[in-house]
Amino acid sequence: MAIGTANNGNELTVQIEGRFDFSAHQEFRDAYEKAGSDINSYIIDMRNATYLDSSALGMLLLLRDHAGGDSAKVRITNCNADVRKILTISNFEQLFSID
Amino acid sequence: MDESVPLKVLIADDNQSDRLILSAIVKKMGHTVFLAEDGLEAVEHFQSDKPDIILLDVMMPNMNGQEAARKIKELAGEDMVPIIFLTSLQDAQDLAACLDSGGDDFLSKPYNKIILQAKINAFSRMRLMNSTLQQQRNVIRANNEHMLHEQQVARAVYDNVAHAGCLDLPNLQHLLSPFSVFNGDVLLAARKPSGSLHILLGDFTGHGLPAAIGAMPLAEIFYGMTAKGFNMVDIIREVNVKLKTILPVGYFCCACMLNLNFRQKEAEVWMGGLPDFYLYRAASRAVEKVPSTHLPLGVLSSQAFDATVRILPMDIGDKFYMWSDGIIEARNDDGDLFGEQRLYDVFVQNKQPDRIFQEIIDRVTTFSGDSGKDDDTTLLEVTMVSEDDIGQAAIDLESGAVVGPTDWRMSYCLRGETLKSFNPLPVMLNILNDVPALRNLSGQMYTIMAELYSNAFEHGVLGLQSDLKSDADGFAKYYAERQAAMDTMESGSVQFDFDLVPHNGGGKLTILVTDSGPGFDYHSKINNIEARSASSTQPQSGYCGRGIPLIQTLCDSIQYKGEGNQVEVVLSWPADEV
Repeated sequence: MAIGTANNGNELTVQIEGRFDFSAHQEFRDAYEKAGSDINSYIIDMRNATYLDSSALGMLLLLRDHAGGDSAKVRITNCNADVRKILTISNFEQLFSID
Repeated sequence: MDESVPLKVLIADDNQSDRLILSAIVKKMGHTVFLAEDGLEAVEHFQSDKPDIILLDVMMPNMNGQEAARKIKELAGEDMVPIIFLTSLQDAQDLAACLDSGGDDFLSKPYNKIILQAKINAFSRMRLMNSTLQQQRNVIRANNEHMLHEQQVARAVYDNVAHAGCLDLPNLQHLLSPFSVFNGDVLLAARKPSGSLHILLGDFTGHGLPAAIGAMPLAEIFYGMTAKGFNMVDIIREVNVKLKTILPVGYFCCACMLNLNFRQKEAEVWMGGLPDFYLYRAASRAVEKVPSTHLPLGVLSSQAFDATVRILPMDIGDKFYMWSDGIIEARNDDGDLFGEQRLYDVFVQNKQPDRIFQEIIDRVTTFSGDSGKDDDTTLLEVTMVSEDDIGQAAIDLESGAVVGPTDWRMSYCLRGETLKSFNPLPVMLNILNDVPALRNLSGQMYTIMAELYSNAFEHGVLGLQSDLKSDADGFAKYYAERQAAMDTMESGSVQFDFDLVPHNGGGKLTILVTDSGPGFDYHSKINNIEARSASSTQPQSGYCGRGIPLIQTLCDSIQYKGEGNQVEVVLSWPADEV
């Protein structure tokens, strides 16, 4: 499990690698909390994520809350089939734009 | 730092001059010295003076150094008492034997003051570190014992709350296996006064205490509202609001709720965030997957929350299989997931339908082997049975007034938007339940009130035709039309007039229901009812027109009035037998 970030001033990309579960809690949180106040949109890049558990879903909700709740701009991209399935079961497309 | 702390040093040597030399050196370093002349004395001094460090000659009369070292280490137990052997031995084997017997180091004669001091200091540091470790371990051990004890008590409370209800009904089979002391999974079942069965399977984010805490209010709401006759939609809404309010962001509950109606042979389903569950058709042995259509509970605010339910017609013997993600995510030794395909295969390959539940457990257990489980596993099988087989719901008679009101009347009129969204039954039944005789009949009362209300609203106000419900397709169509009619409905009303009077030592209740619809030609319908009850040995088939005959069997009389937009039901009971 590793988390990488890319910050272009007002958009933050968070790359998830491996299993996205509770062990990533602090690292994931740091990634967006320390990104600076000019960030207004977020991309969660799941290209290298293999698996998501429910605490990862919880972390995504925390990010959404941090990013402004209902007005948050959070995109989840490059999901593999397993990751996609978990997001779909939870109907997270109602809260995030997923592609 | 600690090197200046005076230590108690025991010196054991049978050679007097060696003893004195060493003693002088050690005293000069500022430590307190105890002297022993042989191994036996050394052990005695160890017990009486509790030295911090021991300098032990190897060859002594009575008990040699190695033997004394063994004894001292045994007596010291967990405490670290460094033993430094004093020796003129040079042979590697001999020196190694000293350490094997329990010594920590050795010092060769003649003594070098600087090395001796350095060794004493080094062991003093080690001793200190060891005792710090021991203290910390003891604190952790005590805390852990305390926590386990607390968890056991909390677990007992949790079990009473979360696994109460009627999971022991004959048409239910369930498996709950806790991953930690607390299970993040919740499985609740309770009968409504009408006899329907409410079931809720929930999976909270995470495990243990945080997961268990959310289960408490969930269970309270579920049992409380179900017992009062609230609809599933009202309950699921209430649970969502409660969890949204109390859980921190990022914590939620994936859940599925069912309302099994044994009379209508149908199930209402609300499903948010759990893996597809299966509806197994007894007749065709086909499996229908029921997918999650909502966000989990506790995520959305009450304005955004969607409580839409699916309605699935069922036949006797049809079964629901529901699970938390622990089944699909069970892992084998190689880290592979059990997965949906293997689960589905259990159904496809099954030969004996009544063994499916056990086969699922067997397959998962065989698959995951000894690799243990890394999630909570909950599995539930629910079978549709006939109303006669499941029996009446047990009613809680312990609450409420003993005498209660015996002579009263009440009107309750519901209008406009209220009709679309509000369920008035719990409120009215609460009032009726204050009458002890009616409380005994609360299952029947619920049925009567529910039929009267849905007839008045659906056929009266909305103008739907009940004969639509004559087959399964029509059933779905009926619900679609009901929704459409509700969307376009602008005004309308349903009024209940209750009149309760004392009667022959008992009582008599008259309920008059008036709807704003145009009414209907009830004379022909009544004839129908009479014709049907004349041949009452004939079991009813089809989906339509059950309401009225059903009410008729439960009360003294039912009579249409006015244009057919009014119906009056009379129910009486004898004097209290007590």
